Amino acid sequence: MQDRPTKLLDNLPELSVSELSNQVKRTVETSFDRVRVRGEISRPSHASSGHIYLTLKDDKAVLDAVCWRGNAQRLSIRPEEGMEVICTGKITTYPGRSKYQMVIEQMELAGEGALLKLLEDRRRRLAEEGLFDEQHKRPLPYLPRVIGVVTSPTGAVIRDILHRLTDRFPVHVLVWPVLVQGDAAKTQIAAAIEGFNALAEDGPVPRPDLLIVARGGGSLEDLWAFNEEEVVRAAAASQIPLISAVGHETDTTLIDFASDYRAPTPTAAAEVAVPVRVELLAQVMDDEGRLFNAISRNLGEARTRLEGYARGLGDPRSLIETRAQTVDYLDQRMRAAVMRDLDQRALQVARLADRLPRPETQLAKVFGNLAVIEQRLTSVGDRRLERGQTLLDRAATQLRPEPIARAARQAAVDLHRSGDRLEGAVDRVISDITIKLGGLDDLLRSGSFERTLERGFALVRDDAGVPVMAASETKSGQPVTLQFRDGEATAVIGARSKRVRSRGDAPPEAQETLF
Amino acid sequence: MTEQSNTVEALSFEEALAELEQIVGRLESGQGSLDDAIKAYERGSDLKKHCQKKLDEARMKVEKIRLPEGDRGVETSEFES
Repeated sequence: MQDRPTKLLDNLPELSVSELSNQVKRTVETSFDRVRVRGEISRPSHASSGHIYLTLKDDKAVLDAVCWRGNAQRLSIRPEEGMEVICTGKITTYPGRSKYQMVIEQMELAGEGALLKLLEDRRRRLAEEGLFDEQHKRPLPYLPRVIGVVTSPTGAVIRDILHRLTDRFPVHVLVWPVLVQGDAAKTQIAAAIEGFNALAEDGPVPRPDLLIVARGGGSLEDLWAFNEEEVVRAAAASQIPLISAVGHETDTTLIDFASDYRAPTPTAAAEVAVPVRVELLAQVMDDEGRLFNAISRNLGEARTRLEGYARGLGDPRSLIETRAQTVDYLDQRMRAAVMRDLDQRALQVARLADRLPRPETQLAKVFGNLAVIEQRLTSVGDRRLERGQTLLDRAATQLRPEPIARAARQAAVDLHRSGDRLEGAVDRVISDITIKLGGLDDLLRSGSFERTLERGFALVRDDAGVPVMAASETKSGQPVTLQFRDGEATAVIGARSKRVRSRGDAPPEAQETLF
Repeated sequence: MTEQSNTVEALSFEEALAELEQIVGRLESGQGSLDDAIKAYERGSDLKKHCQKKLDEARMKVEKIRLPEGDRGVETSEFES
């Protein structure tokens, strides 16, 4: 052992410390150019330079690590004591201290890390409280007048929102500038949401009718402020409808549960917030056109209907003319009827007048009768005269002519008186007859004698065919004809009843012949 | 129709638009009396003007909320991004 090491040592090139350290450095940095290490963070230290120093450890070993400032700012999580992390980076040596260490470029939580567990616990607790209930969700206004945006005044997010709003529907936008990352972020964001809600309805600063709380994409830690209870409660309590747009589509923060609408990105929030103005204009124009067409059609239809009905009404003159014609026609008929009636009556009168015995004839008859009576009177007188002459002759001696002359004078006076009475009687009879004729005529018209036959009476006619009206006109043994309703039969008059009045007293012949 | 008592000026854009659509639909169906139709048309024209005015009024105005020192209320200032 003693010899050989000496010999070997002699053969080895002699290196300076620096040379060796550099060789080690090259070897290490080449072999471990990129590594992924899992471990627990121990003693993290944030240097004022911005670098972060920490130790990764497991149960058997420790590994010093450093995160240079540039990377430290981009880390998705803030390294804390006891965190289980997976770090990506490379191994490098620090020759000045004979140390090797890991330079961390990326750091992520290992498995279900503490933060995620914390987040889930918080989400469950707030959900149980009812902060995320659907019934608290407010409908978004169709067309907000003023939109309040809570976000960082710098950066792409606000510009994206404003651009998209301008494209779709330019509105009044109020930006409430806040930090969206870091310790102060949660308080500022909550204060901004509450501040917008606190604006008076008609104050100098218009109260928005829609809020957008937005942040660009980032790590879980970057978005952490939007998981803070303070912010979530402010969003849930907002009276103004609120759209959350935090991170990218895959990122979900607790404010998304409390908001009224979760937009996947800030740009999407702007799209949800307002409709497209040009489309609305087109819709209004279209409505206007439809309105005009509809009323035109309405009026057109009304006019058509009116014209149709007007045609149905017809010409008023024709209505009048038709009726005038009817009136004329009825008038003509009425006149004709009246004339016919008058003619008929005139004819009747004429007929009756014809049947009226002429007074001259009657008078002549009466005078004829008078002459007969006179003759008879004269003959009676003559006979009486003769007899008187005889008596006179016989009693000529005993009687003087004076009484005879007195009687003759008396007779003459009587005769005269009789003549006067006769004339009066004739006049009366004539008027009676006229009246009776009228009555008979009426009777004749009201019912013919055949009707009487129908009722069971029989008409008696003498052999001359003249109706026999009274028993007194009959003689025993006189042949007569009986007319019944169905025919005739001949008969002979038997003995007359005693009740029949005999022919009247004097002067019966005169009365008889008068008829 | 949400009645005439609502003056058109007081309506929001979407209320006016909804009523306009309703009137158009009713007129197109040809229901109601001629008087009603003409009244509806007049109101429809007013609604259309109102809607168009609302749309024409759309101007981008961006302001930034400012919290002045000493608290008490908020102000706005020009927003420059």
